[in-house]
Order: sequence, then structure tokens, then C-alpha cells
Amino acid sequence: MNFLRITSPHGHSPLTTSQVMQAVLLATLPGVMVLTWFFGPGTLINILFGGILALALEYSALGLRNRNPKPYLQDYSVLVTSTLLCIALPPYAPWWLIATGMVSAVILGKHVFGGLGYNPFNPAMVGYVVLLISFPLQMSSWQAPRGLGEIPGVADSLTALFVPASYDGVTMATPLDLLRQNKGLLLEDLFNNTPQFGQWAGVGWEWVNIAFLAGGAWLIYRGIFTWHAPTAMLFTLGLCAAIGFDSGSSESGGSPLFHWLSGATMFGAFFIITDPVSGATSNRGRLIFGALVGILLYLIRVAGNYPDALAFAVLILNFAAPFIDQYTQPITYGHKPPKEDDA
Amino acid sequence: MNTVFNIHGGIHPAEEKHLSNPGIVVDAGLPPSLVLPLSQHIGKPSSLCVKPGDYVLGGQLLAEADGMVSVALHAPTSGTVIAIEPRPVPHPSALDNLCLEIACDGEDRWIECTGCEDWRAETPESLISRISGAGIAGMGGAGFPTAVKLMARERLPLKTLIINGTECEPYITADDTLMQVDAEGIIEGAQILAHILDVEQILLAVEDNKPAALAAMKAAAEAAGGGCEVVTFPTKYPSGGEKQLIEILTGQQVPAGGLPADLGIVCQNPGTAVAARDAVCIGKPLTDRIVTLTGRALMRPGNYRARLGTPIEYLLTIAGFDPSQNRRLIHGGPMMGFALESAAVPIIKTTNCILVPTEQELPTPPDAQACIRCGLCAEACPASLLPQQLYWYARAKDQEQLERHHLGDCIECGACSWVCPSHIPLVQYYRAAKGMIRESKAEKIRSDRSRDRFEARQTRLEEEAAAREAQRAARRAAAEQKAAAGGADDPVAAAIARAKAKKESTNDGEVDL
Repeated sequence: MNFLRITSPHGHSPLTTSQVMQAVLLATLPGVMVLTWFFGPGTLINILFGGILALALEYSALGLRNRNPKPYLQDYSVLVTSTLLCIALPPYAPWWLIATGMVSAVILGKHVFGGLGYNPFNPAMVGYVVLLISFPLQMSSWQAPRGLGEIPGVADSLTALFVPASYDGVTMATPLDLLRQNKGLLLEDLFNNTPQFGQWAGVGWEWVNIAFLAGGAWLIYRGIFTWHAPTAMLFTLGLCAAIGFDSGSSESGGSPLFHWLSGATMFGAFFIITDPVSGATSNRGRLIFGALVGILLYLIRVAGNYPDALAFAVLILNFAAPFIDQYTQPITYGHKPPKEDDA
Repeated sequence: MNTVFNIHGGIHPAEEKHLSNPGIVVDAGLPPSLVLPLSQHIGKPSSLCVKPGDYVLGGQLLAEADGMVSVALHAPTSGTVIAIEPRPVPHPSALDNLCLEIACDGEDRWIECTGCEDWRAETPESLISRISGAGIAGMGGAGFPTAVKLMARERLPLKTLIINGTECEPYITADDTLMQVDAEGIIEGAQILAHILDVEQILLAVEDNKPAALAAMKAAAEAAGGGCEVVTFPTKYPSGGEKQLIEILTGQQVPAGGLPADLGIVCQNPGTAVAARDAVCIGKPLTDRIVTLTGRALMRPGNYRARLGTPIEYLLTIAGFDPSQNRRLIHGGPMMGFALESAAVPIIKTTNCILVPTEQELPTPPDAQACIRCGLCAEACPASLLPQQLYWYARAKDQEQLERHHLGDCIECGACSWVCPSHIPLVQYYRAAKGMIRESKAEKIRSDRSRDRFEARQTRLEEEAAAREAQRAARRAAAEQKAAAGGADDPVAAAIARAKAKKESTNDGEVDL
């Protein structure tokens, strides 16, 4: 009889790409749940609507590229992209905003370059930046958190999605906006006099960030990605904040804790910059990549004019990733330069 | 207790060692016929010294070592040589190779084997010739002629002999079993090898997943007195790779392109040590070995002592092969073994394991998905390479970048492919890329050589032309010189001179007129 001829190795680790993607999706759950608690079902509706759209886009893009769509749809990668983008979008976004974002992310961010594994930029962030530049108003209208405004129900969410003209929500400036626009108030006074500030950062936001941190820690524990990029990013962000804290004066850029628990910090640290495709390859490279994202994130937050800085910081560093890779090749076995003291 | 060092990367696949009951050796018995390939080792095939129809006894020389890097081959039992022809052999290429078939007579009569009385009194040269005469090649898998490895002593000062009982591949328990049943033999073999190599330190390396073997080795090392040290370290694949093991035990790395001997180290497999002991002390050549027959498609997996040349079909029958759930037959372990197309091939000196898994146990790999650059491969690589970069460059056939990323240092352990969540057969790409580089280097050598040849011819032709020209010039010069020196000697010149003189005289006359 004839046996199958397959080259070694014959065994395989149980982990597959689909499972990696599913784990990432699962790990967003705590963060999404907290977002939903504080801001209502808008994010969930975004994710559902965006996910269906993304699958349809992926299917048609694969068709246009003459690929068999089945194995590609089963890798869950497009759902990860769409979910991450939808988490970053403001809840109660109109359908055309989500649709424009999805087309930009899936088609422009991913398939134009050859699909999964070939995209030089993080697709979700490509979608986000396209929207942020094109529709700054819609992109900076964040629902007021629970306790500071009325939380819409599911019916309202659907109205907001499909008939945006007849939806009227309560939006508020986010803590990051408030800090940037602060003129003249000491940090302590700003915190005390503005309802949007909670214990450490913004009301709701601090818990959203803690939840994403928890999800990310679980992914690192599972070995889905390494600790290098997130840790480096949080470290440099904290360092910059510590330098720019200015003892809480009116010129202060905010404390490290404030930056860690504000906006997209934890979401970005564990779900965006850990995207392996568009990031650096080696662990040393990831440290550099994460560290630079942290610095840029702080600079754009404090000196820039956008609601948050993550997307820009990540895209700029995506450009630099191949360059970082070039200079962070690990030393191969047997290539160590002989040490002086060995002789 | 030696301190042990950690190595980069590595993986922890399911060990599955319990399947084959390590520690118990079952005799596989005598098959009706044995098929012995003339090339069971690295190097030149052995050269035949029997012909079809010859009756041979067990232990009789069938083929001699042909040159330096080659080993001898002996009859594993008595019988008649019935064929010498190309047959399928266990090799990844699945090509046929010259084999010799012996119809066993079942009597198992042997030549008289004589060992040496006291190996401590022998010179290293005479011990090496005994080992090379016994046809021993490394039994861990690569099959490098042992005698050649032992000659490293002539080039470099050596200090350590490592007996590599790591056996880090899942499933395989042949060395584990040997360490349990013949620890004394391994120690004595190691002492003989150490005597030949003139080293002081013997390290016996055993991974910590083999407590029984470890205990047996420790007891035997103690009984043998000083000189042997048993070292254990955490189980991780591929700790048993020669370079990896050296780093674990010494913290040093074998320099790229170098050999362990450059660090004063020689590694040997426990099976090789026992074979060397048998060759030196009893005079018995290498004619059998322990083979792990394992996998869930076997009803009676275990460690079988089988004669070299025993057909794998025969062994599968003995071990109760159930083909219903099986699609693959693997020579070696699940990580580095190669798949055989047919069971009609014999076991050879390097066959440590025959793995017959069920489809459920080791499923046929699914189609590869896209590389998501997750970097798990780089985490797993024991050589600290960047496997995914190598993958891109291998696909792009970018030779320069492949070499810059040290493709040549890949030991093909398969850890990267094992972890790859996209099921990309990375090692296959590297093998192909290495082949491509080898080919293009050979091509370059060929073209360099023909260019040298062409240039040499050009130079030669030019030199010849120049020499001819020089000769002509020399002749001309000589003639002119001669003419200038004493024209009288040359009749032509003399005639010309005479004519000139005559003409001048007439001219003078005319003028005078």
C-alpha cells in the first residue's frame, strides 16, 4: 500500500489562525460590555452592523480577487478588523459612517494590498483615520456616560443607525478634549468642577480602559501575543505624562494614570499595536515600536487637535515597522561575537 | 551537579512516550530475508565484497568502507546472498539504492568474534580501527561514521565527551529503553570513547522526562567510579539537537560553520556508545539495533530489537498494524522524521523509530493560510532565526537576504512549522531554499571553474604567441647583430656588400670621369 508523503514536522500545535482571531474577539468582550454599560447599546449595534458589512465586503473582495472565499472567511480576520473599528467609532454613529469606515478598512486597508498578512497598515486604523479626517464632527460626538446623560435604548440605537436625521442624543466633550481645551484651571480644580471626570480619569472611560487591560492580559496569558509592545507603549506614555505633568498646573498634560485610563489607551495597547501584520516582528522591534507609539500618542494628545491620537500614532509607526525590523534582527545561534572575557 | 543553561525558543509538543513502554525490549525475531542498503550512513556507500549466491555467516563482512568517510557492513545473520540490486530504501528522496538481500537460513550461525582483553592498554588508533571495522555510524539519526568523528582528536585538543541521551523527539523511546536496560554498556562505551578522544570529562545528558533512565544511568555512573557525570535538564524540544545540547550543558554556542570539536566537545548517541563497546570488547559488528515501533495504529507498540535490514512490513505485522485509521508511515519521530511511501523498505543503522499514527492522532495538515506575522515561529526557533522573514525571502527566492538572515543555521527541527497557526510548512520552504542556494553555489563554482579554464587558455595562447613573437624577434635581432658585427660571414650580406662596393667603385669612376 502507499502511504501519504508529507514533509516533517508531522505534528502540529493545536493553535490555528482562526483560533487566534477568535481569542482576540473574545478578549474584547469585557471592554465592550463596560462600554455598553456606560454608553448604552450603541457600540454593540456598531459591531453587529459593521460585522455583517465587513463579511459582505470581504466576500466580494475575495470574489474580485478570484479567491475561494470559504477558507478566508473562516479565518475570522475580517471580523477582528470590523470589531476593532466599531469599538473605536462613537456609539450611535449613522450607517453611512460605519459603511465608509468598513470600505476603507477592508478594501483600502486590506485587500488592496493583497489581503490578510500583506497589509502594511492596521486596517481598522486606516478606516478610523479616513473617517476622522472626512467627518470630524460625527467622529467626535461621544454619547454622555451613564449618570451624566440619558442612555438610549435599542430602538433609539437603531434609529441613530438607519435614520440619523431623527436621532437626537446627548453628547459631551470627552475628558481628553476637556484637558486639551483647559485654559487656566489647575488640574485638581478641573477634576472637581467638571462632571465628566471620575476618580482617576473620565467617568466610564477609566472602567472601559481597565476592562480592555483585563482582556489584553488574558491574551498575553494565552500566548496570543507577547507583552513587549503594550508594556513599552504604556511605559513611554506614562513617562511622557510624568514629564509633562507640571505638578498639576493649568499647563499640565495630565497624570500618567489619567493617560493610561483615558480614551483608547488600553484598547490601543492590547488590541491595536499588537496587530502582528503591521507591527514589528522581533521582540526587540516590538519594544521599540510600542515605545514610539507611546511617545507619539502623548504628543498628539497634548499638542494635537484630535479627540484621540492612537490611530495616527499607529499608522505613522506602521510606516516605520519594516525599518525597525531591519535593525532588530536577533543574533542567530553561533553568530555571537566572541566575548573578551571568554578567552 | 553541573549547572544547566537555558536555550532560546523550543516547544512542548505532547510527548506520547508512554505509548511504547520504555524500558522493555522485545525481540523482533528473524524475518525470512534481510535487505541491506550499501549506504546507511553519511558518506560514500560501502563497496561490496560478496556476490549473489554466496553463503554468509552472521557478523561476516559484506561490504567494506570505501574511503575515509564510509563504514563497513556486516551480515546480521547467516544465509545466502540472493540479490544485489537497487531497491527502495528509507530516504527522504524515496529513490532506489543498491541493496543486498540475504535469505536467512534461520540457524543464525555466526563467525567467531574476538574482542580485546583490556581496552585501556590499546592505542587510540587500534580502537578506532576496531570501531570503523565494526561498521558503526551515529545511531541517533544522522548516521555520521563514528570513527571519523573520533579522529577529531588529531586536529584539536578535546576536553568533553557528551553522551546525548536527550531523546527530545516525541514518541521515540529507543535511547530511553537502552539507558534503562544497558546503562553499564553505555558507561563502558563512553569510557572507551573518552579514552580514544583523550578527554577527561564525560557528560551523560538525560532530559527530566525519563526518570527511570536517569536513575539507571546515575547508578551505573556511580558504580563505574569517577569521570562520568549524569546531567539532567527540563524537557523541551529540541534540547537534543547537538548544538542546543552543548549550549544547555556548557552555556557556549558552537560557532557558525564550526563543529563541536572547536569547543573541545564531541557528542555521541548512547546506542553508538554501546555499539562501540560491543565492537571493542566482544568484537561484534553493528548488526542490530533497538527500534521504537509506536503510534496508535499499532496494537502492540514497543521497543523492538531488530536486525538491520528487517523489512518494516515485517515489523508492522509483529506490532499489530491496523491500517484502517492510518495514512502515514514515518521513519523517525513526528518532528524530524520523514514519511515513507511504502512499508517495503528495511530498517537501517539510523532507524530509531517507526511511527504509524492514526489520522486522528496526527491529522493530515490542512491547507496553509496566510502568514499573519504573529512571530510565534521566532519565539519557537532554537537557533534565534526569524522564520517568517526567511519564509518571505524563500518565497521571493531572495538569496542575498536568505543568507543575511542565516538560513544556513536552520537545523530543520520543525519547531516553527509546529507552532505556525496558519499551518505554513515553513521547514519545507527552507529545505527548498537551501537546495536552491546549494545549487547556485555549485553553479557558481562550475562557472568560476570554466571561467578560470577559459582565462588560463587565453593566457596560455597569449603566452605562446608572445613566445613565438619573442623567438622571431630574437632571431631577427641575432641576424642583424651578426650582419652588423662581421658581414663577411654572411654570404648574402657579403654579396650585397660586394655589389655595393662594385657599384660604388663604378660610381666613383663615373665621377672621376
